[in-house]
Amino acid sequence: MKTFKSVFEQYNWAEVAQSIYSKTEQDVQNALAKPHRDIEDFKALIAPAAIPYLEQMAQLSHALTLKRFGRTMQMYAPLYLSNECQNICTYCGFSLDNPMPRRTLSGSEILKEVFALKAMGYDHVLLVTGEANKTVGMDYFKKAFEVIRPHFSHISMEVQPLEQEEYEDLIELGLNTVLVYQETYHKEKYKIHHPKGKKSNFSYRLDTPDRLGKAGIFKIGLGCLIGLEDWRVDSFFTALHLDYLERTYWQTKYSISFPRLRPFSGGFVPEVVITDRELVQLICAWRIFNEEVELSISTRESAHFRNHVIKLGITSMSAGSKTNPGGYAVEPQSLEQFEISDERTPKAIAQMLQQQGYEPVWKDWDISYDLPKNVG
Amino acid sequence: MKALQIADKIFHSRLFTGTGKFSSPEVMEAAILASGSELTTVALKRVDVQNKQDQMIHHLQHPHIHLLPNTSGVRSAKEAIFAAQLAREALETNWLKLEIHPDPKYLMPDPIETLKATEALAKLGFIILPYIHADPVLCKLLENAGTAAVMPLGAPIGSNKGLKTLDFLEIIIEQSKVPVIVDAGIGAPSHAAQALEMGADAVLVNTAIAVAGDPVAMAKAFKLAVEAGRMAFEAKLGKTTNHAQASSPLTAFLNQL
Repeated sequence: MKTFKSVFEQYNWAEVAQSIYSKTEQDVQNALAKPHRDIEDFKALIAPAAIPYLEQMAQLSHALTLKRFGRTMQMYAPLYLSNECQNICTYCGFSLDNPMPRRTLSGSEILKEVFALKAMGYDHVLLVTGEANKTVGMDYFKKAFEVIRPHFSHISMEVQPLEQEEYEDLIELGLNTVLVYQETYHKEKYKIHHPKGKKSNFSYRLDTPDRLGKAGIFKIGLGCLIGLEDWRVDSFFTALHLDYLERTYWQTKYSISFPRLRPFSGGFVPEVVITDRELVQLICAWRIFNEEVELSISTRESAHFRNHVIKLGITSMSAGSKTNPGGYAVEPQSLEQFEISDERTPKAIAQMLQQQGYEPVWKDWDISYDLPKNVG
Repeated sequence: MKALQIADKIFHSRLFTGTGKFSSPEVMEAAILASGSELTTVALKRVDVQNKQDQMIHHLQHPHIHLLPNTSGVRSAKEAIFAAQLAREALETNWLKLEIHPDPKYLMPDPIETLKATEALAKLGFIILPYIHADPVLCKLLENAGTAAVMPLGAPIGSNKGLKTLDFLEIIIEQSKVPVIVDAGIGAPSHAAQALEMGADAVLVNTAIAVAGDPVAMAKAFKLAVEAGRMAFEAKLGKTTNHAQASSPLTAFLNQL
């Protein structure tokens, strides 16, 4: 069966780059004037040619977001279950070659973290691990779901890519959303940054959203890391991926993230830097391109940036995040995957949102919606 | 003006409201009070039914406001039936806005699953108000299945585009034996007035009020528009013509005989 790989292979990185950089102000004006935009318009909106139109883009993005999502912000928090990892990723704190203490939470430790998150008000949790299939594989996930499921309405996961049948099993156990970022769509650069481990297989990762779609997942989160390659070209390929997925797996919901690489304990310095201005351009371009997709911003970004960007198209955010297993309650002092930037508590973020006229939404799913699957 | 009856309830206001997209529960409450609405939808996925202190429910505790739990988020009849039973137990009402949209992008209602769920839920004693496309045949099938009303969309949900399905709404209103509530797409008080003028029994408005610059004032504007539209319908509108009818060039010869 056809997957995204066959679509992806019709494109050439250099040609896409050339096409984006040759977009004109006229192309941007046309894109802004249309009632609905296609992927060529998206190229124009992320092009350097669009920079003079940033305020106009921001106003349009704000209005479109308000119409679809209202004055609300979805709240979630990551729960790191393990930092064991058999991959080498040049930019990640969990990389196999980064000498650091490794830890995988036990059932009772997970429960302590769960209670800490519940006390902060969370009802949507994002489970995160590295990739260590022997110790943190399906058996571990199944046990973890037994512990976690009764306490949250919505469970997201950001772990190693799995097989379709494995996703189906986890969906049965209550999995709602999977985040799987391609990191970079530049195949050669991908190999350089992922030299060892299962993750070095570019194509297997590329077709992961297809496996999720076939498994009938509720929501898929896409994105590329900003800092590995030209963010404009990578964002185009992310948009192409979304466009393909929306047409193919039309019953699935989608979200987009824009993770800017942050320093970690191993000391990676991003090769490509995106300015705040360009990141705003990117966020607005996404919203104007796709009025319905969820846009998410994490605590990687600074408090100042987050305070201002919530009105520009963002629909979900995390707060008070810990990126180390046990970081909330079990072992708060351990090493993190990356340094978070916005360290405010969920309560402080909620107050900030309310001051700006937004309601923080903690619960937007009901566990009962997932039960019919289990009762047959 | 004539009151509206759906199942065993009488409504003096023909404006139904929603509770999503507001900036705070306080603003939501004030807007719904200003609208005069007596029926307001509550998304099951947004409320914590186990929690008696749930903010949304707390702010809807007024004697004249009836809650209409909706199944927003479910994708099949099976999920809807399960969620409906939970809502009935938790919110102590057998009223249900049945929403089944397998398409999370445009939230288009699934006619086949909606019909199946209506048949099953009617047998379980629910008062069902299904959200559907403006499909006249589906409306008749739902009537046979025991629906209490029909809620055809005016335009895609949240689009504020008005009565884009006008021609089909006219047929539905003409044929229906149950109340017709135009849901989704109503973006301005004039759209609401238009729906009532043409004989719709009520409208449901959410986005247009919730995301207005001043939601409370907009709620009041909708209240007035709905009253005006209904009053005009009851007063019987004059015929519309495009030009004066001074001469009858094709039949004038009859007078010359």
